[in-house]
Amino acid sequence: MSRPVFFDKGKKVSTFFEQLVNGLTVGSFYALVALGYSMVYGVMKLINFAHGDLFALGAYLGYSLLTGATGKITASMGLWGGIGFTALLVALSVALAGVLVERIAYRPVYPSGRLSLVVSALGMAIFIQNAIMAIWGSRPRAFPASVVPSLRFSLFGIPVTLLQVTILGISFALMLIIWLIVEKSNFGAAVRASALDRETATLLGIDVRKVIFFVFALGPGLGGVAGLMNGLYYRAISFNMGWNYGLKAFTATILGGIGNIPGAMLGGLILGVVESLLAGYVSGAWKDVFVFILLIAVLIFRPTGLLGEKTAEKV
Amino acid sequence: MAPLLEIKDLCLDYGAVRALNSVSLKVEENEIVTVLGANGAGKTSLLKAISGLIRPSKGSIQFRGEDLSRIQAFSLAGRGIAHVPEGRRVFSTLSVQENLTLGRYGVRALRKKADLDNLEERVYALFPILKERRSQLAGTLSGGEQQMLAIGRALVSSPSLLLLDEPSLGLAPIIVQEIFSLIKKIHKEEKIAILLVEQNARKALKAASRAYILELGKIVVSGDSADLAQDPRVQAAYLGAKAC
Repeated sequence: MSRPVFFDKGKKVSTFFEQLVNGLTVGSFYALVALGYSMVYGVMKLINFAHGDLFALGAYLGYSLLTGATGKITASMGLWGGIGFTALLVALSVALAGVLVERIAYRPVYPSGRLSLVVSALGMAIFIQNAIMAIWGSRPRAFPASVVPSLRFSLFGIPVTLLQVTILGISFALMLIIWLIVEKSNFGAAVRASALDRETATLLGIDVRKVIFFVFALGPGLGGVAGLMNGLYYRAISFNMGWNYGLKAFTATILGGIGNIPGAMLGGLILGVVESLLAGYVSGAWKDVFVFILLIAVLIFRPTGLLGEKTAEKV
Repeated sequence: MAPLLEIKDLCLDYGAVRALNSVSLKVEENEIVTVLGANGAGKTSLLKAISGLIRPSKGSIQFRGEDLSRIQAFSLAGRGIAHVPEGRRVFSTLSVQENLTLGRYGVRALRKKADLDNLEERVYALFPILKERRSQLAGTLSGGEQQMLAIGRALVSSPSLLLLDEPSLGLAPIIVQEIFSLIKKIHKEEKIAILLVEQNARKALKAASRAYILELGKIVVSGDSADLAQDPRVQAAYLGAKAC
């Protein structure tokens, strides 16, 4: 293992950049999870409270794929092959779980209105959390050490680890792909139209059920990959981790402007960085307090979020 | 030859409330037909039933001889039915161009791209104001411009039947005049059948060749527009003439 190289440049500066990179890494988890909240909210006008727990499910599935007998298989694929395979399998399984959640918990109660949906979503969150506990147990699990070799090096003079670079690379690639799909493709336009007005979208030939399927597969798929990367980064995972992460990512969604795709990404990254800097310079114990003060401030002063809906209503 | 659209004995219920009661009507190729009626007569329900947004409880709707009752609403755009909903319903936070591009979503795989591009240019020629404002958000347009956009968005799918739900709703008289002359122009230039639902009976009867009058979910009078315009009952109830 190589020694930290750039720590001699004066503690303050390196702490700042360390916290910044750490913040961007955590922020990219928030951003990926926030994308799922935002896409589902956009089309369904529903906060998918089960989303945080789908993130946790991704972490646990990743854990199972990287340990035990399956761990030998993924290890035999080499570093990048193993991680790619695990990420793909996690994404597909959690996407499937997301689609099932919609079928089982949301579609049947959709005609009964939004309150029923919210209650159903909370029930689904509790169900998934308990299912994880029943399968993997209530004690925290630990990801195997150094799936990604713990290499430290310097990027433009900033000390980073190979793991951070990997996570940031995967996250930004995924965000770019989502942005391209939603903002630039035909189908993305259909998704945005369905979010604005379902009935009119139908009249234009858009199959809204396909759009719903898409957001409930893609959102949780991304959340699952974020869960896997979270496990690789912090190593310790627990069955109830989805609640806290879900709440943070939800804050990020509000911060960026709910229903807004670039907003969710920006909100996640800002939240991660703010949180890390607070933890580094003020106190780790207080960071959640500050995060939720930030949420309240956004709700008071800019309820539509940083990149909230461009409003052009004309009566 | 079978008519383009043929509705037979259509009944539609919202729970215990009957919105349409045994409605029969037809629209021939390249014909303007109007359905007149007061608020709550069932005009919008009729159009929604045709485009599959609401399922009727009885009766049949045939388009080009095909029964529409089992067909998903989203696939009607591909079959040549375009519906301009009541209140325009443009996507206000998308640009004019994005709205028009979405208009061809249902037929993008069925028609040649060059034909659709061509059609879009014709729509822009029909509504030059939309071309000027193509990158503006649709929500910033005036009511009349939004109505033009809503009609344009329906036209770019090259429909053979255009359903118009109260295009004059909430517009200034001079704009209403403009919308109606555009409807006649579209009919003449694009050779499409139009089913026009209206409260503005005078204008609608002038534009259409045939008319139906809907009262509380039932068709009470039907016939040639010119005859209906002379009918004393119609004059009294819809054209503002004094009843004797």
